[in-house]
Amino acid sequence: MSADTPLDTSATPADTAPGEKADHTANPPVDGGELIRFDKVTKRFGDNTVLDGLDFRVDSGKHVTLIGPSGSGKTTILRLLMTLAKPDEGTITVAGERLHPAPEKQIREVRKKIGMVFQQFNLFPNMKVLRNITEAPVTVLGLSGDEAEARARELLEMVGLADKCDAYPSQLSGGQQQRVAIARALAMRPQVLLLDEVTSALDPELVTGVLDVLRDIAHTTDITMLCVTHEMNFARDISDQVLMFDSGHVIESGSPDRIFTDPEHERTREFLSAIL
Amino acid sequence: MNWDWGAVRDFMPHFWDGLLVTLQALALGSVISFALGLVWALLMRAPTRWVRWPVGVLTEFIRNTPLLVQLFFLFYVLPEWNITFSALTTGVVAIGLHYSTYTMQVYRAGIEGVPAGQWEAATALNLPLRRTWTAVILPQAIRRVVPALGNYVISMLKDTPMLMAITVLEMLGEARLYSQEHFQFTEPLTVIGVAFILISYPASLLLRALERRLVR
Ligand SMILES: Nc1ncnc2c1ncn2[C@@H]1O[C@H](COP(=O)(O)OP(=O)(O)OP(=O)(O)O)[C@@H](O)[C@H]1O
Ligand SMILES: [Mg+2]
Repeated sequence: MSADTPLDTSATPADTAPGEKADHTANPPVDGGELIRFDKVTKRFGDNTVLDGLDFRVDSGKHVTLIGPSGSGKTTILRLLMTLAKPDEGTITVAGERLHPAPEKQIREVRKKIGMVFQQFNLFPNMKVLRNITEAPVTVLGLSGDEAEARARELLEMVGLADKCDAYPSQLSGGQQQRVAIARALAMRPQVLLLDEVTSALDPELVTGVLDVLRDIAHTTDITMLCVTHEMNFARDISDQVLMFDSGHVIESGSPDRIFTDPEHERTREFLSAIL
Repeated sequence: MNWDWGAVRDFMPHFWDGLLVTLQALALGSVISFALGLVWALLMRAPTRWVRWPVGVLTEFIRNTPLLVQLFFLFYVLPEWNITFSALTTGVVAIGLHYSTYTMQVYRAGIEGVPAGQWEAATALNLPLRRTWTAVILPQAIRRVVPALGNYVISMLKDTPMLMAITVLEMLGEARLYSQEHFQFTEPLTVIGVAFILISYPASLLLRALERRLVR
């Protein structure tokens, strides 16, 4: 069955020491090479061309922040990567494997490498917190209930919500819901975490808790992060690279220190002075 | 006009028989309409119009013709093709089928009411389509539609007397039979009228309570 898929490289025998249980969900070692690649990606909505031949790459393990004015296409990029939308032209590659264009079976495989946290959390309201986190590891990765639960409890501990296993999402604050959503995404052990303005729906006093969790993840794991945010202090703390978008193009990129203190581009200067 | 408690007492055994048939028809009709309505609603979301189109035409047709016509059709026409069921079975199928074309609209609204973000989260977690339906979408959709489905159960209760037209002896059928044999109309008809109220009014109160709990 799987012999004809060139995709399943993560669980080759070479990765697994003899007698050791194959952990088909572990992150492969970070080699710092290219992980995400957009080649000439064009995305239109009607006659509104949002991305116009975008070339763009992210190296493994890097934390990249996308900034830019409203409507510049930041969300669209994350949605294309998460396969929530399809590009009209161009190719998207993740870890050397095509995400688009690709057959459905391959898309499902590549999608395992990607996790996303949404602005509106999007927890499943009909499931308790624990089941929100264990659902996909059990049904998609085939973990046993016990394994998935152990993993979920560990993650809840990490996001500071160990006591909320049996709560329903509606019984949690926005900040708590978002931290559960982060745990839920991480439970799939993705190589890339996509974060789209994850604190902008939160009351101001709840923002810090969520950003602290993300800082912790950025500093203690080797996960690659692609992050859209207006929290510039946070971006400065975690980013290796900041990309400034305008009208679907990267008009400037560099280290956060350089972009935030000494932007080259006039549009970047305008944008930063408007939001700071 | 004289009220005769004796006639009430005489009618009661027939009343209980009729009540049992009414409740059977209601229960089975509800089950059929709930299940079939969900099937229609899901088929209407099929990717190909070769499924959507026939289902749409069929259900539109059933919804827009009277239940009584459908009852007669199933009862008198099907036997001509050598398909025969008992009168009660025919009646239950007709009611269930007729109401499934209403419940399908309820389900459709319930399914469409689940926010797009739920589908997106399911995709982001790589859940298979079938699992997305059974674990994420339908549980949320059905929770929303319970009150509306309940309202149809109450309408269905009030349509059960139509079964009399195909010889099923539900409550009204029993009352009419008794009336014609004893020339006493007031007592049996009053008894079943009260019975309808005693079933449907508490049921609608229950529904309103359920609605407050479920739809938040
Ligand atoms: N589903 C859609 N249908 C039509 N147009 C869309 C759709 N999604 C996005 N757009 C358009 O695409 C453009 C880019 O949208 P996108 O959401 O990617 O911007 P953004 O950079 O994330 O902006 P913001 O900072 O406001 O979130 C906008 O002009 C928007 O109107
Ligand atoms: Mg956006």
